[in-house]
Amino acid sequence: MADPVPFRAYSPGSQPPYGASAYRSTTARHPKQKLQPLPHTVTETTGPRFAPGRFEPIADLSVVDGKPALGERIIVAGTITDEDGRPVPDTMIEIWQANCAGRYQHPGDTHDAPLDENFRGAGRVFTDAEGHYRFVTIRPGAYPWANAPNAWRPNHIHFSYFGPAFATRLITQMYFEGDPLLPHDPVLQAIPDESARQRLVASLDFSIGQEDWALGYRFDVVLRGRSATPMENT
Amino acid sequence: MATATASQTIGPFWHLLEDKDWADLTRFGATGERITLIGRVQDGAGAPVADACVEIWQADPPADDTFPGFGRCGTDQNGMFRFATLKPGPVPGRGNATQAPHIAIQVFARGLLRGLVTRAYFEGESLNETDPLLTAIDSPARRKTLIARPAGEATWRLDIRLQGGDETVFLDV
Repeated sequence: MADPVPFRAYSPGSQPPYGASAYRSTTARHPKQKLQPLPHTVTETTGPRFAPGRFEPIADLSVVDGKPALGERIIVAGTITDEDGRPVPDTMIEIWQANCAGRYQHPGDTHDAPLDENFRGAGRVFTDAEGHYRFVTIRPGAYPWANAPNAWRPNHIHFSYFGPAFATRLITQMYFEGDPLLPHDPVLQAIPDESARQRLVASLDFSIGQEDWALGYRFDVVLRGRSATPMENT
Repeated sequence: MATATASQTIGPFWHLLEDKDWADLTRFGATGERITLIGRVQDGAGAPVADACVEIWQADPPADDTFPGFGRCGTDQNGMFRFATLKPGPVPGRGNATQAPHIAIQVFARGLLRGLVTRAYFEGESLNETDPLLTAIDSPARRKTLIARPAGEATWRLDIRLQGGDETVFLDV
């Protein structure tokens, strides 16, 4: 049997390190030993499949039982491609976030800000055949966290992607263009490359928004592509 | 050509996604040798990591309508995770190699800007002696961090140490 085609190595500087001193929680949680190289095998080049029939899509977080959540309604849309620009079709995207006041519907969140029973804290959508996705939500609020005195997280939406393989799994956060907290955020700033950081910042896009109803933001994501020459030894 | 989008931490509130059924890979009626895989996630100070998202993926038995091959389990206050799944068999390695039975594991948590990948092999498997990954790890003590031990009836245990003297071998995939 032919060897599976491996996925490309991550581009240097495009990913955050495990240890980032400005983000305090990394201190005791990052490995200090070098990662063990693992040439991709069938374990890494295959991955789970999620079908919308079994994992029901939730594409509108802004309404519960017909009652609208408080806050600024937004539409987030974009395209998922691989590193060769090919669309990633029929892949599941998971979404979760704080409400407009900066509070998660989570027992661990003790921030003194109101909950909103009409806001769904999480959703799930699938890309279409061209890799496009879209969902409706509320612009999340900023919230304080214990990382440092008077530290606040910028507005952000959490995203989870699967792609075609175990090796393409990605969890990230989407930020908002123009948020003044972005330069102060050690989570975002841990990414070495300025261009890689910029790609996590969604841009306002009137073609995604809906007149008299919601602003739109574009968030395009790139998952790892296959290595062009699988056994390149030169 | 665009490079892959950057990873960010899963944070402490990812449980908004959690469906506890996902820790049971046999829930769709899979048939085969049922096993339980448990373990504790600990940080460099030996403290339990109580907010981790542990995911597993196995290439064998092949995923189908009855067996998703994929599971997710949040750690409890003691840092413990527990999956019900099927015992994997050997799978092909690169070239003519055969890989010993194993389950791929990825840990996401607050304080991890990227997921950490490791594997659970099974103590006593003869193929462990020739597995390409296990044999590439020189230190027997380090190799042992990838090998689950029996822990009761059809139950296997693999603890995961994110940092420290007995740090788990994490994989660069």
